[in-house]
Amino acid sequence: MSLDIWMRENPLTYVWIGSYAVAFLVFAVEIVMVKHKRKITLQQVRLMHDVEQVEQE
Amino acid sequence: MAINWFKYSAPTTFYGLAGKLVPWFAVASAALFAVGLYIGFAVAPMDATQGEFYRIIFIHVPASILSMFLYLIMAGYAALGLIFNTRLSAMMASAMAPTGALFAFISLWTGALWGKPMWGAWWVWDARMTSELILLFLYLGFIALHSSIDDPRRADRAAALLAIVGSVNVPIIYFSVKWWNTLHQGSTIKFSGTSMHIAMQQAMFTMLAACWLYAIAVTLARVRSIILEREKQTKWVSELPEVAQGEGKQ
Amino acid sequence: MKPRQKRFVYIIVAVAAIGLAVGLVLNALKDNVSLYFTPTQVYNKEAPEGRSFRIGGLVEAGSVKREADGLTVHFAITDLHKSLPVVYKGILPDLFKEGKGVVAQGKIEADGLMHASEVLAKHDENYMPPEAKDALDKAAAANAAATGAASSVGAASAVPVAQ
Repeated sequence: MSLDIWMRENPLTYVWIGSYAVAFLVFAVEIVMVKHKRKITLQQVRLMHDVEQVEQE
Repeated sequence: MAINWFKYSAPTTFYGLAGKLVPWFAVASAALFAVGLYIGFAVAPMDATQGEFYRIIFIHVPASILSMFLYLIMAGYAALGLIFNTRLSAMMASAMAPTGALFAFISLWTGALWGKPMWGAWWVWDARMTSELILLFLYLGFIALHSSIDDPRRADRAAALLAIVGSVNVPIIYFSVKWWNTLHQGSTIKFSGTSMHIAMQQAMFTMLAACWLYAIAVTLARVRSIILEREKQTKWVSELPEVAQGEGKQ
Repeated sequence: MKPRQKRFVYIIVAVAAIGLAVGLVLNALKDNVSLYFTPTQVYNKEAPEGRSFRIGGLVEAGSVKREADGLTVHFAITDLHKSLPVVYKGILPDLFKEGKGVVAQGKIEADGLMHASEVLAKHDENYMPPEAKDALDKAAAANAAATGAASSVGAASAVPVAQ
């Protein structure tokens, strides 16, 4: 009930924190996850590549 | 001069192309988000009935549109993969699923926050909202099904079937407000135009463009990792400068 | 976790997600997909009797009356053909106004009134600044005065009206 009153007194804050901050946080998390996946994948592929090199030598 | 489009449908060339495109899309997206937010909060006027709360529309509608279009494109790629057995199509479908799911989540979340002050309820089981929730579960089902099968080719085929069957849900979401009595209002963007003040429209379409560019950038960045992962045994991958770099570091 | 167990968990998640999706479809279908009935449907006995359901329409102009306790509100929901009296005790949403869209959930008691447990406001898909709204309202009022047909049909766009 107090949230109901608060959101009516501060509609712009409610819109910003509730919707826009959450949406941009979701985007930020997704970007971090994509970058992390890139790092992990590159590590794996390099590892495989190095093993092959050692086997060839 | 004829461009050989098939050249770009090969993971080998697409990997490099995507790498070049990602920063451009990312920068353009960030710029458009800034412009869209500026118009949305500084230029667009208050709404006559809903006051400031209507400003949620600038993220809610683009997120909803993206969640539906990304699903259709994902299902299209999945179908291409099934029919032509092209490697890249299936990889694109798996790269799009997480982004689509996040947009569906943002759509539901912002919708709930809009519904509470205006309608008086966070959530109602009306046809529009229920079908959008089903869309989120279809995305999650696609991701889970794909990860549950070890053989990537079989995983592609199974997930593709789910994506294709689930695409019937998209027109249901769009037309739900017409077909049934819902609490959700009708579409603001119709085939015949929009029912919105001009500055509000500009803010919404700028945010929509920003969301599109963001989705493209993040999908391309993700598909590069998927390509590397699934082609790691090939010669071209081991010859990539970022892979060969690993030499000597031991 | 062994790969085998991992696969098992993923399959469970996939099955659960699909099951949930189908379940939601069935749940929505059970309620006849439409969220609410119109007053005309209620008069035609298409709405369930003796149990709670939702009714939607416009708040009839001039029908809103508050009791002395300040909380209990009487109003009528109309689809411009039939109207149904509703009594509700509680806080109304901000957008609740005469001539505007509303959805009420409750049961029709022996007194012929719908005793609502929840009242939701329904808004339309038109967004405009207050000045534009004023201009539109004035134009509509002038138009109505000119034709002599004083009705709030213009506001009905938010709610599908039964034929």
